[in-house]
Amino acid sequence: MAQTAAASKTVKFIITRQDNPESKAYTEEFEVPYRPGMNVISALMEIQRNPKNAQGQTTSPVCWDSNCLEEVCGACSMVINGKPRQACAALIDKLEQPIRIQPMKTFPVVRDLVIDRSRMFSALKRVKAWIPIDGTYDLGPGPRMAEKKRQWAYELSKCMTCGVCLEACPNVNEKTDFIGPAAISQVRLFNAHPTGELNKEERLEALMQDGGIEGCGNSQNCVRSCPKGIPLTTSIAEMNKETTKHLFKRWLSV
Amino acid sequence: MKGYYSRKLHSLLGVIPLGAFLLSHMISNFQAFEGGKEGFKGAVNLLNSLPLIFFLELFLIWLPLMYHGIYGLYIAYQAKNNIGNYNYERNIRFTVQRITGVITFVFVIWHMYDTRFQIMIGKITHDDLGAVMHDIVSNPVLFVLYIIGVVSATFHFANGLWAFLVSWGITVGPRAQRVSTYICMGLFVFMSVLFILAMTGFRNSEFQAAQAAIDVVKTVLA
Repeated sequence: MAQTAAASKTVKFIITRQDNPESKAYTEEFEVPYRPGMNVISALMEIQRNPKNAQGQTTSPVCWDSNCLEEVCGACSMVINGKPRQACAALIDKLEQPIRIQPMKTFPVVRDLVIDRSRMFSALKRVKAWIPIDGTYDLGPGPRMAEKKRQWAYELSKCMTCGVCLEACPNVNEKTDFIGPAAISQVRLFNAHPTGELNKEERLEALMQDGGIEGCGNSQNCVRSCPKGIPLTTSIAEMNKETTKHLFKRWLSV
Repeated sequence: MKGYYSRKLHSLLGVIPLGAFLLSHMISNFQAFEGGKEGFKGAVNLLNSLPLIFFLELFLIWLPLMYHGIYGLYIAYQAKNNIGNYNYERNIRFTVQRITGVITFVFVIWHMYDTRFQIMIGKITHDDLGAVMHDIVSNPVLFVLYIIGVVSATFHFANGLWAFLVSWGITVGPRAQRVSTYICMGLFVFMSVLFILAMTGFRNSEFQAAQAAIDVVKTVLA
């Protein structure tokens, strides 16, 4: 009895869809049988199994990206009820219905909810978000990182390049070339590393190029939206300080 | 010019000299409330007796104002305001900063046309400024428009000062930024009150121009 009662309960979805990168977006409604503890991804899986819209017509299954299903990979970012977040961590029980799902339009839409986050990774390359240790001979162990510093640096290392901060930022759009909060925070992370610090000027100068840190308008939506709770605005302000110092050092030391 | 430098310069000019000018403007105008007609006249004369006044105006007001205003319009145009989905206090101030910036831009042009521009073309002298202001703020509609313009300007400055402190890396952590919010928003309220008091000061009938001057003023406002 209890089972039939639970099975008759449904969850309503309004999903913004798009058949290919060039075509126009449209919305389609779905009704999915409720199961306790379900999240947006499991609902999308249900639509995949039984691709019928709310009117009962057979339709193409909704496409989406996901991978780890535990909010560490950053693949399943989408806009759920107006806020960008990870679909795998969006529990149906905690969402207002009908649940509106849209792709993060700040990025190019590939199909339905699948977006192309390439710009996140090009941004990491641009700011050299790595530690160069390759050489022709063994350089030996690097200097150790102080424990106190490691603790806050670890928080920054949780970034999964999910793109939520770029979606929430009013200054990341087609009119600007702003690199976005994630890459700026990564500069702070790699500049904090005792070996990474040896190349810190290169990363700061990358932030001082067009579309770099100057694009930040301090709306601070990024820090409010980050699923990993990374102190993005502190990172940005810290990099503001470092680039300002670097600016004067460069001028005065010629 | 490269984006980083032009944006940094924009931020700097907004505080020094433009913010400093706004503060001095507030103090001299407040003389209209505190010292009446003679007080205001004295404040105007004091400013105009500064040495190299032409160059002070050019380099501390005209050029910075033009750069900050025009580049600021471009910054406002670039933002995709999204307070609908993200109605956070900081994001609202982000949007309001852009709106007040545009209002201030229009207001400053209008206000300069009424006052400084008329002096430049020789229609009025510095001594007539009090009468010009009296006529403007005595009109209820213009009075309200002036209040909107002045409050926009003070908000834009106070909130811009907050952003300046972040952009130059002075307030880094959340606590520093919160404390600076209280100080800057307090400054906004304080400056708005002083400016509005100055404007009510100008409404006093002692600023009324002599009959001969009224005609001049009327042609200016027409």
